[in-house]
Amino acid sequence: MKVKTALLATALTTAAGATFAQEVTVMSWGGAYTKSQVEAYHKPFTEETGIKIVSVDAGNPATPIKAQVEAGNVSIDVADVEFSDAVRLCDEGLLEEIDLSILPSAPDGTPAEDDFIDGALQDCAVANIVWSTVFAYNTENVSDAPTTISDFFDTTKIPGKRGLRKSAKATLEMALMADGVASEEVYDVLDTDEGVDRAFAVLDKIKDDIVWWEAGAQPPQLLADGEVVMSTAYNGRIFNAAIAESQPLEVVWDGQILDFDLFVVPKGAPNKEAAMDFIAFSTDTQRLADQASWISYGPARKSSGDLVGIFSDGSTEMAPHMPTAEANLGNALVNDFEFWVDKDTELNERFNAWLAN
Amino acid sequence: MSDATLSPAAMADTMPEQLTTADGKPLKQALIRAQSHARRRAFLLVAPLLAFILLTFVMPIGQMLHRSVHNEGFTWHEDVASGERTRIMANLSQWFDQNELGTEPGEAAFAALAADLVVLREVKAAGQAGTRINYERSGSRSMFTKAARRAQRLEAPFKEAIVDLDEDWLDPDLWRVMRDASSSYTANFYLAALDRTKDADGNVTPVNENRQVYVKLFQRTLFLSIVITFMTFILAYPIAHLLATLPLAKSNLLMILVLLPFWTSLLVRTTSWMVLLQSQGVVNDALVSTGILADDNRLEMMYNQAGTLIAMTHILLPFMVLPLYSVMRPINPSYVRAARSLGATSWTAFRRVYFPQTVPGIGAGALLVFILAVGYYITPALVGGADGQLISNLIAFHMQNSLNWSLAAALAALLLGGILLLYWLYDRLVGIDNLKLG
Amino acid sequence: MALPTHASRLERIWHYTYLVICTLIFLFLIAPILVVIPLSFNAEPYFTFTEKMLKLDPTGFSTRWYDLLLTFGMTDPEAPRGWSWWTDTWTNAAWINAAKNSVIIGLFSTVLATGLGTIAALGLSRPEMPGRRIIMAILISPMIVPIIIVATGLFFFYSSIGIQNWGIPYLGVILAHATLGIPFVIITVTATLVGFDHSLTRASASLGADPVTTFMRVQMPLILPGVVSGALFAFVTSFDEVVVVLFVGGLDEQTIPRQMWNGIREQISPAILSVATILVLISIALLTTVELLRRRSERLRGMSPQ
Repeated sequence: MKVKTALLATALTTAAGATFAQEVTVMSWGGAYTKSQVEAYHKPFTEETGIKIVSVDAGNPATPIKAQVEAGNVSIDVADVEFSDAVRLCDEGLLEEIDLSILPSAPDGTPAEDDFIDGALQDCAVANIVWSTVFAYNTENVSDAPTTISDFFDTTKIPGKRGLRKSAKATLEMALMADGVASEEVYDVLDTDEGVDRAFAVLDKIKDDIVWWEAGAQPPQLLADGEVVMSTAYNGRIFNAAIAESQPLEVVWDGQILDFDLFVVPKGAPNKEAAMDFIAFSTDTQRLADQASWISYGPARKSSGDLVGIFSDGSTEMAPHMPTAEANLGNALVNDFEFWVDKDTELNERFNAWLAN
Repeated sequence: MSDATLSPAAMADTMPEQLTTADGKPLKQALIRAQSHARRRAFLLVAPLLAFILLTFVMPIGQMLHRSVHNEGFTWHEDVASGERTRIMANLSQWFDQNELGTEPGEAAFAALAADLVVLREVKAAGQAGTRINYERSGSRSMFTKAARRAQRLEAPFKEAIVDLDEDWLDPDLWRVMRDASSSYTANFYLAALDRTKDADGNVTPVNENRQVYVKLFQRTLFLSIVITFMTFILAYPIAHLLATLPLAKSNLLMILVLLPFWTSLLVRTTSWMVLLQSQGVVNDALVSTGILADDNRLEMMYNQAGTLIAMTHILLPFMVLPLYSVMRPINPSYVRAARSLGATSWTAFRRVYFPQTVPGIGAGALLVFILAVGYYITPALVGGADGQLISNLIAFHMQNSLNWSLAAALAALLLGGILLLYWLYDRLVGIDNLKLG
Repeated sequence: MALPTHASRLERIWHYTYLVICTLIFLFLIAPILVVIPLSFNAEPYFTFTEKMLKLDPTGFSTRWYDLLLTFGMTDPEAPRGWSWWTDTWTNAAWINAAKNSVIIGLFSTVLATGLGTIAALGLSRPEMPGRRIIMAILISPMIVPIIIVATGLFFFYSSIGIQNWGIPYLGVILAHATLGIPFVIITVTATLVGFDHSLTRASASLGADPVTTFMRVQMPLILPGVVSGALFAFVTSFDEVVVVLFVGGLDEQTIPRQMWNGIREQISPAILSVATILVLISIALLTTVELLRRRSERLRGMSPQ
């Protein structure tokens, strides 16, 4: 009976696979970021293979993946997720493992394992970009320009609403850094109950002045509309709003939190083969460099670095806008994925209770 | 057309015994047969729809609610790709069966745990099992993932080895939670939905203050729904009265102003309110440009409770106007006139004569608005910010983000229970047949 | 409502205050719906009236957001607007596709809801219907059960039966929307049957008509207005529904409300307002139809408007 069901299931999946083989569903974060991927990855991929890419967006693609896989109803083939989420989902057996040998070498022959920066290749995930959470302000609405992360949490110095991502990750770290915790000690402090209390105490002070955002496209919009004076944001979104749409927005790099975005394939993805092809194609040296000309995120391959030059407007130099630029790394924190793999559930639970109270 | 007048018994009683039909059967029997035939025919007409609703509505909801008492996170692991089910935590569960609550976990217990951790590691179920425990004891998930990662290297004495990883493994509360979770059926999610938990001895206690959410949210949902119901009543009463007393041609025209919002997309109405109420929105702009407000002193009416209140009052207002109108329209104006001519002031005449006659309409409208408000989701999600969220939003959060489906189901069951109670009340007081749509 | 001639000064003042209050409440009801219409013609990407708009300067207005509805998602929006441009729009524009999906889902769920609902309403309005009260309560309950509970229930149910593998597009959403539309059909159709004289069907039968003829010639003309307005309600319910679509709809099953929901949550641009404007116009059209039907029904049943 069991064998029969299994056979039937295989037959059904193969049939379904055959019907829809010419389509891959890629879930990403929306807005300018999705656009950069469509331009740099999707269009050339479709041109070369004839496989259509269906692009869908979510506030955080890790959440629908988990729901879909656990409910046994997977429709996403490739998703773009944060580092800790990639590791966590992989740990829980919710992702397909990726055979790293499918990744092409760099043009100079360096094998992929050496070409990707440290940590960019995981059992179930391949990184495409390095991005960071920064905070930005609207130069027209702030008389006294903020320069440090402490200014963000200081409502007496700079009154007005602040936008913050509705999630514990990055918010708690920033609160601690604003409270004077050195970036190298942030995760040690946050690992203790007192540290967590301390972070929430900082947030308590500005709670009434926070506008929470969930989708990456919201902060530039909130800033441009004047709904908030400052907001945390993904650095690339601010760059695009400031350069491509000429909004008066400025990034403050102090206290930025660096992270990877990685491609993963959910377990039971309907078009697994094509999904793997897509990942191999998109993370080659040239595609990663191409993406960086559409949005200011650093490519995850060392060999792509030299190919990054000018923004798609034809005049803006990308280098100084990258989160990894020397000048921007003064007080930067690298997201500790192991910390969040373990603590994400617990801290978000506390965070949500705090939000609701 | 009440059932009683036509019931076979009632009719048969009035018939003399000896009457027969043309083919010689007693009339009483023939009538009963005809009646039951008619009943069956009526039921057959309804049956397809009833079956449809039971299948696509009642059953899915029942199945979902089952999750509120059933969770296999700590008992079974199912591989998503192959569908293969593996029993997890079997050794520990056996230890729990042999030792009653309160037994100090000794080497045997930790050896069972160590064996189970190896299984967790093999089938990649540490996250799942840890998450299940974490629902009831915060901070447990990371203990399981860490311990499972080192499971193969654990050696006897296991108690020492595991406690070495994390002191919390000795926590009696942890062992109480694991004991409860080692059975697939539990009522603990209902406790959690009421901000309650059990202590190490199995007594029900409130959860830590900084994690209490749900009772507060139920209270807020009730409070906001009452306020919304009251506001719709305050706004609906005058215009329903106006509509009911105007000549029909005029009132039909004005009625369009009530019905148009009713027919307009909920998302459109919510968007409109966002446009109006934002701090850079139409209302604030108008107030600033007319000099009523200073530019740096704009009103905050969006992304908070005020946003939820205003938008929901607007959206639910027609549900209050319509029942009020249908009660007010037939009220004979001569009653009020009579009261006035007997010397009552217009206020007294209104209070003593007119108002009491509209009470059924108020009851019908208020119940309907309240029932609809309690379950609202879209509008609070879009305009409510952090403190304007209702219980539905929290159910959605646990469904989509935290994926604590059992808790979502328990919250849904409590909400549904309350609503069905009100619905039953509505049926008793107003009658579902009297529900009108414009 | 006219004021009697003998009204006192105080009563006069109260009377006019009352009229002002009522006007304000009507304004509260209708203004939010109308305000999106002019704003959707904003030349700037803001949600508020610009100075140019207030001065009625034509350069402050534009149809760019309506244009965006057509071009968004196209492969080549810059191409000259000829035949191929329109084909591109028709097949690729995101909002056009959402509209197509909404109409398909709306039509099928309406047919299902109206068909089943009308037949059931005929049974329910028969005096001999057993268990009428409880059955009625069950059939109307989709209207009052919170949508989030329905959506989560269906999410698990559809996952467990694997409805997405059956190969019938939109099936899950259509069934769910039919369920949500059924209460409206039941309510409107039973309302037209209130006071229906059942001796009419017996008369028809005794004159030799078979049940189908009786239904078509006697009952149908009477209930038709109720059926049509019930169907319109069911259609609007489906056309406006977003939560179920979000939970059980496939990723390619974008509908207008879902597209709006994403737009509002992400980047609320005046394009949303132009969609809103179109939807308001549609609802005005539907409302007019329903009102005309209601009057016709009242005339038919000889119920003079009181």
